[in-house]
Parts: sequence; structure tokens; C-alpha cells
Amino acid sequence: MTTPLLTLSDVSKNFGTNQALSDISLEVNPGEVLCLLGDNGAGKSTLIKILSGVHKPSSGTVEVEGKPVVFDSPKAASDVGIATVHQYGGTFPLMSVARCFFVGHEPTKGVWPFKYFDKKAAGEITVREMQKLGITRVTDGSRLTGALSGGERQSLAIARAVYFGARVLILDEPTSALGVKQSTHVLRIIMHARAQGIAVVFVTHNVTHAMAVGDRFAVLIHGKKADDFRKGERTREQITDLMAGGEAMAELEAELAELTGPVQTTP
Amino acid sequence: MTTHAPQGAPPSGGKQSLNKTESNMVLTGVRSQRTVGDLFRRPETGALVGTVTVFIFFAIFGGAQFLTTGGVASWLNIASELALIALPVALLMIAGEFDLSVGSVVASSSVTLAVVSGVYGMPQIIGIIAALAVGALTGFVNGIIVARTNVPSFIVTLAMQFALAGLTLGLARVIAGSTSVPLTPDPVFKALFGTLINGQFEVAIFWAIGAAVVVVWILQMTRAGNWIFAIGGDSQSARAAGIPVPKVKIALFMSTAIGASLVGIIQTMLYNGAQTGSGQSFVFNSIVAVVVGGVLLTGGYGSVPGVILGCLTFAIVNQGIYYTGWNSDWAQLILGILLLVAVLMNNTFRRLALSGGGRKAASAAKGA
Ligand SMILES: Nc1ncnc2c1ncn2[C@@H]1O[C@H](COP(=O)(O)OP(=O)(O)OP(=O)(O)O)[C@@H](O)[C@H]1O
Ligand SMILES: [Mg+2]
Repeated sequence: MTTPLLTLSDVSKNFGTNQALSDISLEVNPGEVLCLLGDNGAGKSTLIKILSGVHKPSSGTVEVEGKPVVFDSPKAASDVGIATVHQYGGTFPLMSVARCFFVGHEPTKGVWPFKYFDKKAAGEITVREMQKLGITRVTDGSRLTGALSGGERQSLAIARAVYFGARVLILDEPTSALGVKQSTHVLRIIMHARAQGIAVVFVTHNVTHAMAVGDRFAVLIHGKKADDFRKGERTREQITDLMAGGEAMAELEAELAELTGPVQTTP
Repeated sequence: MTTHAPQGAPPSGGKQSLNKTESNMVLTGVRSQRTVGDLFRRPETGALVGTVTVFIFFAIFGGAQFLTTGGVASWLNIASELALIALPVALLMIAGEFDLSVGSVVASSSVTLAVVSGVYGMPQIIGIIAALAVGALTGFVNGIIVARTNVPSFIVTLAMQFALAGLTLGLARVIAGSTSVPLTPDPVFKALFGTLINGQFEVAIFWAIGAAVVVVWILQMTRAGNWIFAIGGDSQSARAAGIPVPKVKIALFMSTAIGASLVGIIQTMLYNGAQTGSGQSFVFNSIVAVVVGGVLLTGGYGSVPGVILGCLTFAIVNQGIYYTGWNSDWAQLILGILLLVAVLMNNTFRRLALSGGGRKAASAAKGA
């Protein structure tokens, strides 16, 4: 048994009286995709904000390779190789793709006070890294990020995380705003990162997307871990039911049946 | 999706040597395609149109006088003093913040210099340092309050504007017994800050050129410049990317205040003394110049050439009106219309800059 890259033990988080997470325990391993599933407000984003140093847990511990850590800032988390693409944002629409790619990691040339941001190198690296991920339409680092499609922007954010040596890549609903084709693209990039031995935490509502790439799954309901399983241990229906809160789905079906009349199953 | 990297590709962590031939091929292919269309995608294009328009307008209606050296000097002087404040204000606005306290900083720095060296008779270099210190401190206080609390900078600096104006007035009356404090500048400092070259051109023009070089260097060429754009674009994401957001903001608030202090010093040396009420017009004038110059009011977008053009546009209208022989009231009307037109035009240009890609892009361009 090797030590997991990331271990969460009994992590809770409350905002005032609002208990967003209670006693969550999880493990994240290199070369594995962990899918975090759950309904709106289940606490998925809160959980990954704890992993990425945005929030500190109210109680419980986070360990990196078996050593307990407390992240004081997102930078502290990224210093140990945890890169996060947050649900909203992560790219800057009015900045060029090269500027965007290197935010916080700008390559420099020359000596102080004439040290300058090497935009030529930045542009070349950005274009090259994006092309590696199949974004061939971007051939110039000075293109504005806002002119990219949603999928291309996600790819840019993922490309930069991978380039800067992420060991854990956390993606908060990267496919939620995307069409079928672009989602497939992002899923393929996830598999690409996984193949490089990166641990991926993939947050989604979409069971199909989760089942396509996930090795492990955790379902959150109202801030609690409702279930935790490996690939192939649950059927699609079981997962969908869990996400909708189990009985809730059956109730809904009954309700709908009442409204629309009984559903005819046989002609 | 055909050029997917092979699974066995080496992990691309950090520094790798560039695959020169491949990327250069791509880049040269693109560079040759740069066209007139690209000009319309630059943040300062709208500002350039504005400056040229008002210049032609007043060259026609202002008569020959407007184009004499005296005429040119009159608006260059105004533009230069304004630029010393507007340039740092532009950086701050690109980072998503306002500074409405610059007016009181001009007055308080000016009064500080006149009181320290005029009333107390200390060496003028001490007075100048004290004036700059007043600016630096004010900027630091603005910055730390904005960075530490979630109060919008609009409110924090507006409060500072009032508080500092009151403090300046109060202390001037107590110490100097008057709202105007005279000072006879040393020849050296008169030459450095307040002389008129050829009897017409303020030395402030050189200070403004110097400031423009420094600011363009910071914004376009340094890491800090990239941080400023990122903070204004999305400060949460910027923080998540490891940018020291509070430090950058504090430094920017200090730079606007120091710019205002410099203008205070220049005016004191130029007019041989300080007035407690001086400089208040810079609060709105700097915002007009910066916005006309193509900086996005909500941050994340703008350029130094644009801001300089904005300052020139403002100054040309402000001074040009005197050469037309019309009532100077009309200058305000023109500036008001200009501001509105500039914002609408800049929105259009920004939308163009975002064009050529996904449909979603256009929505990001909305709202000034
Ligand atoms: N900063 C905050 N302050 C107070 N409450 C918060 C904060 N962030 C999240 N919450 C609350 O915590 C709960 C979980 O929110 P979270 O954003 O983690 O949900 P989610 O699972 O990511 O939902 P979605 O699928 O809609 O993104 C919600 O009830 C939310 O209102
Ligand atoms: Mg969420």
C-alpha cells in the first residue's frame, strides 16, 4: 500500500451556522481520476476550495503524502503541486492567451531593474502547449483569451496547470458550460493528464462524463459523503439515484405521473 | 482533434527547451497576416480617433492662435500635469480600483511643502520629501484599507478625499493662519519643478514624459504589469494564481498619491506658494482622461498610449475653447459628450478585439 498523494480525514467546514461539509474523508492517488458528484449546493466547490487553499477546514486534516498540511493561501497549495481550475474564472478574457497562461509565473529576461517579461517565449510556449492539447486554432500568443471558446479556455487553464508541474489537477465542473464536442475534448485532456501520472479531481453533475473517465467516485449530499466507490461497482441508475438523493427521484417520478397521468409502458 | 500528443510524451513540467523551428513557423505565418483590422483591436485606437478629432476641430475653429507655440504650450502644460496623475490612476483602474482622493493629495502636499519650507523655513529639499511622504502615506492608508476590508475603493478614497481636504484646511489655518501659504522657491527647485521653458512650456512636460516611460515599462514589460491586468480581470483568480494582490494594490494606491504629490510640488514651485483648495479638479479630470483613453472602468483592460491620448484630448478641449472666442462653458459640454462617445466607441473596439473566436466572447465585452 503506497501513501495516497492527498488524504482528507474528517474534514468539516461551516460558514457561520451553515454546515457546508461534515466529516469528509477521501484519498487521491497519482494517475487516478476521482470524480466528485453531487447536486447543487452539495458542497463540491467548498471541498475543492479547501484542497486548493482558498478556505481552511473548520476541523479535520488534510495530508500531502502522509504529512499533515494547512494551506494559508492558494499559493501554498500550488507550491506543493495542487493546481485548480475553479468553476467560474481561471482565465482572463481581456488578456492575451500568453499573458493568461503565465499569470503568476511570468518568464523574465535581463537583470533588475531592466528585468522584463519575456513575452516572446511566453507566446511560443503557450501556443506549443495548447497545440499539444489539440487546440490548433490558436497560433498566436497575442490573441485575446476572451476570443476563445469555452472548451478552449478550459483547455488553456488545464494546459497551464500541467505545464507548471501540477501533481494534483482539480477541475470544478469543467464541462458544465460546454457542448458535446467540447466536453469530449476536455474529457480527453483529463485522460491525457491521468496518463502522465497526475492525480485528477473532477467535479461534475454529469454522470456520463464521470463514468467515462473516473477511477473512483464520491457522492456528496448536503455536505456529507453519501457513497464512495470504484469504477464498475455501481450502475448508472444507482449513481443517478444517489445524486438525486435516492428516494427523492422515485418521489419525483410518482409526482410527475400524477401530473401527466400514468406513463404508458406497453403500447 | 487530430494532433493529440502521444500518451508517452514526457511530462511537461516547467523549463523545457523550445521547439524553435516548429513554433517559429507558426508565428511567422501569423505575423505576416497583421492587417488594418488589427489596428482596430488595440485599446488606444478609440482614443487616437478622439484626439485627432478634437485637434482638427479646434485647429479649424480656434484659428491660427491655437496652432502657435503659445497655443500648443497651453494644452501641453495642462495635459502634462494631468498625465502625472492620470497615468498611475490608469494603472489602478486597470487593476480594478479608483482613487478619488488625488485632489486632496495635491492640495495637502502643496501645503505641506509651503508650510515646512515657507512657514518653518526648513531646507526646501526637506519640504519636498515631506510632501512626497504625505502622498506616500495617504496612498498606503488607502491601499491597506481597500486590501484589508471589503469596502470599495470608491468609498474609501472618497472618504479620504474629504478627510484630507478638511485636515489640510484646518492645519493650514492653525499653522499659517491662512488658506494660502507663500513660498519663494530656491532657483534649483524652481528650475526642476516650476520653471517655464521659453517662457511657455512647463517642466512638468518632461516629468510627464518620464512618468509615461516608467508606466509603460511597468505595464507592458514587467511581471507586475501582467499582475495588474490579472487583478483587474479577476482578482479571485489572480489570487489563486499566487499573485500578491494586496501588495500590488497598496503599491498602486501609493503611486497615484505620489503622482498627485508631484503635481502639488510642481504647482507650489510654479505659483510660488500653496492654496488649500488647489487640485480638486484632478479627481474627475483624471478619470475622464483615463476612460477617454480606453481604460475599462471595471478593470482588466487599457494601455498607456491610450491614457496619454486621453490627457491630450482633455487638454485640447479644455484650452482650445479659449481660442474659439466662444464662452468657455461649452468646453464642459464637449467634454461630457466626448466622455460618453469615448466609452461607447471603446466598447465597440473592445468587442472587435474579442472577435474572431467563440460566440461567448462578445458578452465579455459588454459594459464599460
Ligand atoms: N463563502 C461562503 N459563505 C457562506 N456559505 C457558503 C460559501 N461558499 C459556499 N457556501 C454554502 O455552502 C454550501 C455548498 O456550496 P458549494 O458551492 O460547495 O456547492 P456545490 O456542490 O459546488 O454546488 P454547485 O453544483 O451548484 O456548484 C451551499 O449551501 C453554499 O451556500
Ligand atoms: Mg460548485
